[in-house]
Amino acid sequence: MGDNIKIIENATCTFCGCVCDDMHLTVDLDEKKITKAKNACVLGRAWFAQHGIPDYPQATIGGKEASVEDAVEEAAQILAEAKFPIIYGLSDTTCEAQRHAVAIADLIHGCIDTTTSVCHGPSGIAFQGVGESTATLGEVKNRADFIMYWGGNPAESHPRHFTRYAVTTKGLYTPNGKKDRTVVLVDVRKTPSAPVADIFLSVKPGRDFELAWALRALVKGRKLDPSIEQVTGVSLATLEDLVDRMKNCRYGVLFFGMGLTMTRGRHFNSGAVLALTTDLNEFTHFVAKPVRGHGNVTGADNVLSWQTGYPFGVNFSRGFPRFNPGEFTTVDTLARGDADAALIIASDPASNFPRKAIEHLGAIPVIALDTKQTQTTNLARVAFITATYGINTAGTVYRMDDVPITLRKAFDSPYPTDEEILTAIRRRVQALCGGPAVPLRKVS
Amino acid sequence: MSSPLRIINGRVFDPANGVDGEVRDLCIRDGRIVDQLPAQARQLDAHGMVIMPGGVDIHCHIAGPKVNLARKMQPEDHRHDVVPSTAVTRSGTGGTVPSTFATGYRYATLGYTTAMDAAVPPLGARHTLEEFHDTPIIDKGFYIVLGNNIFLNQLLKEKRHEEFREAVAWWISATKAYAAKLVNPGGDEPWKGRRNSNVSDIDANIPEFDITPRQIINAFVHAVNDLGLPHPPHIHCNNLGHSGNFRTTIETMKAAEGRRLHMAHIQFHSYGGELGKNPKSKGPEIARYINENENITCDVGQVMFGKATVMTGDAPAAYVLRKITGNKWVNSDVECESGCGIVPFSYQEHIYTHAMQWAIGLELFLLSKDPWRIVLSTDHPNGGSFMSYPRLIKLLMDREFRKQEIARVNQKAIRNTVLLDDLEREYTLNEIAIITRAGPARALGLVNKGHLGSGADADITIYDELEDKEEMFSSPRYVLKDGELIIDDHEIRQDHEGRLLHVAPAYDEDIEQQIKPFFDKYYSIEFGNYAVGDEYLHRHQTVPTLGERQS
Amino acid sequence: MIIPGRSQKQGTSLNAGKLGEEYLEVTSTAELNQDDMKRLGLEDGDRIRLRTTTGESVVRCKGRKPEDLPAGMIFLPYGPSSSQLMASDTAGSGMPISKNFEVEVEVL
Repeated sequence: MGDNIKIIENATCTFCGCVCDDMHLTVDLDEKKITKAKNACVLGRAWFAQHGIPDYPQATIGGKEASVEDAVEEAAQILAEAKFPIIYGLSDTTCEAQRHAVAIADLIHGCIDTTTSVCHGPSGIAFQGVGESTATLGEVKNRADFIMYWGGNPAESHPRHFTRYAVTTKGLYTPNGKKDRTVVLVDVRKTPSAPVADIFLSVKPGRDFELAWALRALVKGRKLDPSIEQVTGVSLATLEDLVDRMKNCRYGVLFFGMGLTMTRGRHFNSGAVLALTTDLNEFTHFVAKPVRGHGNVTGADNVLSWQTGYPFGVNFSRGFPRFNPGEFTTVDTLARGDADAALIIASDPASNFPRKAIEHLGAIPVIALDTKQTQTTNLARVAFITATYGINTAGTVYRMDDVPITLRKAFDSPYPTDEEILTAIRRRVQALCGGPAVPLRKVS
Repeated sequence: MSSPLRIINGRVFDPANGVDGEVRDLCIRDGRIVDQLPAQARQLDAHGMVIMPGGVDIHCHIAGPKVNLARKMQPEDHRHDVVPSTAVTRSGTGGTVPSTFATGYRYATLGYTTAMDAAVPPLGARHTLEEFHDTPIIDKGFYIVLGNNIFLNQLLKEKRHEEFREAVAWWISATKAYAAKLVNPGGDEPWKGRRNSNVSDIDANIPEFDITPRQIINAFVHAVNDLGLPHPPHIHCNNLGHSGNFRTTIETMKAAEGRRLHMAHIQFHSYGGELGKNPKSKGPEIARYINENENITCDVGQVMFGKATVMTGDAPAAYVLRKITGNKWVNSDVECESGCGIVPFSYQEHIYTHAMQWAIGLELFLLSKDPWRIVLSTDHPNGGSFMSYPRLIKLLMDREFRKQEIARVNQKAIRNTVLLDDLEREYTLNEIAIITRAGPARALGLVNKGHLGSGADADITIYDELEDKEEMFSSPRYVLKDGELIIDDHEIRQDHEGRLLHVAPAYDEDIEQQIKPFFDKYYSIEFGNYAVGDEYLHRHQTVPTLGERQS
Repeated sequence: MIIPGRSQKQGTSLNAGKLGEEYLEVTSTAELNQDDMKRLGLEDGDRIRLRTTTGESVVRCKGRKPEDLPAGMIFLPYGPSSSQLMASDTAGSGMPISKNFEVEVEVL
């Protein structure tokens, strides 16, 4: 350890959607690494420990080292020449960078989509159908006496969700923490999150919609046949007991995960639990919240919504934003073979998309920005290695509950930021395609 | 900055300076109005045109968390109303909740150059500022919702009024806000904590704090006036939308004890009748009270027929509408501070209540005796989009048009109003200039806005003078913002970054030491990360408090 | 029936780099019900081939108790192996079916 040590308080971990902002970081400025991340969970500790300064070229073209300027030029040329360019990713970068990405899509009349489409995109579609009663995480901490997790495994995906925001934490009207709350977990398997639950319901795989609809029926006072157990895997008595608890709690919360959105039913599943939540407000105060994954995927939804009116899957081919999941979402534009160029920001579709989509990605010119080499940067025509948000850059991220938080920089990176690269590409693309200029920041 | 400009031959309406339609020159240099310019300065001929200061919207919902939820929820609101990009402007979508770029452009194309978002939870201040960066051309600011703030209410419970005042100042400074907003004061605890109930009596005790809504209102009136904020407390009263709520409204105004208070969307608070039954009009009673009490300003919150989006910090009120319509519904609780409700809505001529609401708004406009204290608004997008302002202006200026429209709506509702009782008044252009510009600027304490005297911001709208006032106000010939010709021959010719308008009242820094322990216990973000940094300001203006102006 | 999902190790190892050995190992280890494994004559660490109409992947297997993972189910952390198995049809939603789809298991 060097002598040049800096302590950063109230730093923010952007690894998952919890976006915990109580990190106490010890930074070795000589070694350019974070040596200790107090308050971080196991995922957060790995996040901070592993983001030092890598030893990659800042930019490559065709796998060969190139200057950032040349790579920006090549990227702009690719995007300007493409007939159906797509922009994808964005969940692990700042809102400041995301805003430039939307601007580029506007200029090149392309598509813009985020990792939302393959995580809670279906919940976004459901939201457009039925709305949502929801809350910030502090309300859960202060008020919730009934908490249900459905199709999610926060113990592994969001390790501090229980302790900082929801279950064991103590709040204004929950001074005894977990003792003041009933916790229910619904899943197809007993995940490592199960021990926290007072009640565990094992739902049959692919039967989440039926389970939610059965609960809605009971909430509305309808009679159900005991054969519901064969359908859902949960007995009628258990369902009745659950509904009784839901209606009689003071402040109920339903957190739901990708166990609902990625399975048979997709947005119908999300819509069913959102509608169930709405129904329960006839009896008591009840809210729901999708447990979002990446650090700033919620920010991406917000930026796209305020700039275009739509949260993901947006296309500008006609010179104005259009929204159509299934048409303009990235798995579809790739698997159908529509896209003829791709700009991928802070995401690795080449490693986790369906095979057919990955194959098309390998067949078109790709521009990739990431903090490390990935399958996607490896297959990219133009690749930029960029500074890590929240470690080497400031900027804004939105927590899973839409609360915006400002990041604090821990140490400088020799790599440019996503915002810098995207601004440069935007300038060049604007020069090539025409359209509104990049506004200069004026301060009076 | 563009070169100096002299606007000649136009009829100028500048009520703040007593100019009522006289033809005179306007001189502009460095973004401001000046007394004179060299004779060779560039000229803009406004012959046959009407010149007014840029419009000022004192109460709208255009940015921040709940606005964005409403955008996200309603693709059907955008699809039919698209905004293509041009060589100088970004693309976007419209509807009742337009995208940010479209919001800025559309205000400008109506000749409005300043707009204030009326309800932002402090925790959403950063979000609002981010959206404002993407809201072009207009100057803008926002009011933070403080009337259900748990920490502040706990101070009131302990009768610590001085600390209360300092904490209000801290909150406004920390969030870069322009004013303090109260929404259904005292109503959050019964809503969030007591099975979706609400407070219905301004003198009912809120047991969590052992105070009443009246005490909360009164405390804010004194704190904000003592702090000398340019805009007084901006209040959305208890019982919004409920029949018989006019008593609460009058009592709320009385709670101000003669000090300055702004009443938001007062149309929604001017109902007689019995709770749960059809409303009757109490427009005349409310208008009379306001006429007689000079400490009160208000905006109307006119209902316009057609699509609207109800979005309000008054979550119980939104839930009432959700139950009536069965529409999709958003409720969003914000820890320790606030919350909101959102419901898509449509006002229809044939429905008694909607026609009654429309008629009450018109009564308030027509019975008001002091145009300086009544501001044109639709509580955008709650009563209708700001895009319907030109039609509203026509309703006020054109008696025959108004009669035709009155004949088209539910007649049972109309018979329960005084609209057919010789309300022949027609607003003059001078009065329109007051209720859309000079009045709101004065109520906001914006000394450089709403007028065309020397030193004013060169935010200027030039209309072709047309018989059809809706047509006239829908599409000004020229709009200047900060002296820049943004709209030329009805089209946007250049983009422009407007300012954030905010206040930064001084406060005793010891108050932070009292607030921090509360944050550590009950907020889910760290106190050190709560205050909004200067990097979010971009182009801005810190508007001085009244005290700072004197010294 | 297979459930690709997140695990803590998948999360920590991806920080070290998605091309790192640990990530690749974690994302190519599938959890199976112990009884199913017994029936198929498999032990922890044995290789199996997973096959769907879309594609196939070879992974190592690891047993889980029946109360934690019901019979007939396989858990596999997200990654390159699970991608090979996923069909790209999103049924107009943007979301491919990424959890709870049927796979064929071949003992290698």
